[in-house]
Amino acid sequence: MNIFSIIEDIEKADPEVYNRLDSRRSAFKHMGSLSKKAALAAIPLALGSVFQKAYGQSTNTVVEVLNFALKLEYLERNFYTQALAANGLIADGAARAAIQKIQMHEAAHVDLLIATIRSLSATPISEPTFNFGKNFPDWNTNYQTFLTLAQAFEDTGVRAYKGQAPNLISNDAVLTAALQIHSVEARHAAHIRRMRNNAGWIVGAGANSNVPAGAQPVYASEDNVAQGGINDIKTLGSGYSADIATGAFDEPLTKEQVVQVVSLFE
Amino acid sequence: MKQLQDKPAGKDDGLQRALVTPMQRRMFMRYAGATAAVTTLLFATTSCDDDDDTDLDPMAVDLGSGDVGVLNYAYALEQLEAAFYTEVVAKSLGMFSQAEQQIMQDLKGHEGIHRDFLKAALGTSSIPDLEVNFSAINFNDKNSILTTASTFEDLGVAAYNGAGRLLENAGFLTLAGKIVSVEARHAAVIRDMISNGTFSDSANNMGLDPAMMPADVLAAAAPFITTKISANNLPK
Repeated sequence: MNIFSIIEDIEKADPEVYNRLDSRRSAFKHMGSLSKKAALAAIPLALGSVFQKAYGQSTNTVVEVLNFALKLEYLERNFYTQALAANGLIADGAARAAIQKIQMHEAAHVDLLIATIRSLSATPISEPTFNFGKNFPDWNTNYQTFLTLAQAFEDTGVRAYKGQAPNLISNDAVLTAALQIHSVEARHAAHIRRMRNNAGWIVGAGANSNVPAGAQPVYASEDNVAQGGINDIKTLGSGYSADIATGAFDEPLTKEQVVQVVSLFE
Repeated sequence: MKQLQDKPAGKDDGLQRALVTPMQRRMFMRYAGATAAVTTLLFATTSCDDDDDTDLDPMAVDLGSGDVGVLNYAYALEQLEAAFYTEVVAKSLGMFSQAEQQIMQDLKGHEGIHRDFLKAALGTSSIPDLEVNFSAINFNDKNSILTTASTFEDLGVAAYNGAGRLLENAGFLTLAGKIVSVEARHAAVIRDMISNGTFSDSANNMGLDPAMMPADVLAAAAPFITTKISANNLPK
């Protein structure tokens, strides 16, 4: 018996189920006074909402997500640190300032994630060895290759955090911090994209992202136009092109998809 | 959540309303505590609105409670942004370069589709159209437009960042995540249009963007929204 599928089923019939139980905390308190019929309907819901928050995600899950995020932040920090040190790679002053700013954020994210994992009495992973030249041998001599990878890392980072957010729903503090990192990664992504003369947002499955074929997994399924049960959001109003519909929503990546991207650099 | 926009099939809207939180907890206990049949609950609701004493302003639009309330909160902010860029595109496009015009058109489209998506998703639970007040914005001044855009986009990012924890449903959380990173992209681009390189200066020294709670966000947005909004029933 899967409690989550039960909740999902109930939600399909009653999207306002969470309103009905005004909060998980008071759910049990109120059950005694519900009418019999309502109480019968409410029991699995009450259990479900409690389970989802209280027992659905162990600290282990949260730590796993944090270590996964840490690996990505290590990758980004390492990448920018090496790039800034590479002789003549980032020559332009404004570009250098931007990359330094981004590098500082990634370093701060590494520190924050390590501290958070330790605060949960767990062990942060140590920094892996990355090989940025494995598939992109000129990454630290060719400025355009460097920027291409930077864009891929930032857009992947955005998608990775987004994909993991539901796994943090049980821990408000960690979830909020993850969201606060997530939007900073999106700001980075927008800036790097524009350094490459791309729009700041992702249109289609990489249609406007100008990446080589090998990097396409970074933009897989970004052409999605089905959101929240609406099959095609273009139909919501007149004049919504596919570019608008796909640009307006960033899509998550699963952990497996992110691992696939990262493996290109290990 | 997949069926979010659909009205539950074969359900009496009145029954739903009777059981949801617009009826205050106290009232709920009072009416439901007796051997209340469901029909009694239905009758009780009709008089309930008048008794609702947590709504300080009876004219205010109540965002509602639970996840629906949080989504209505997002819907309110998207209405504001969409209305703003609609004005910009209608009145001010000539002030911008070709490339900047494309950006303004994209922003109008993105915020418009965010608004329309949330409205469709909320269905009958959505708040009404809000009346906006842009009297403080000079649509003939590029700087005024960009400053306002930057305020709205950064505020939107902070609002979604703060609201994530208020959501109970993981599907809604993912949806909010899909929108907030696009808002952050907008915010970065607008910031760079004002001063190149400031894309992420919103972040603190831990590399974190702000996260704001609804009361603070709505207070910041209030000068631009004529309609009074009540967030009193939102999750805390």
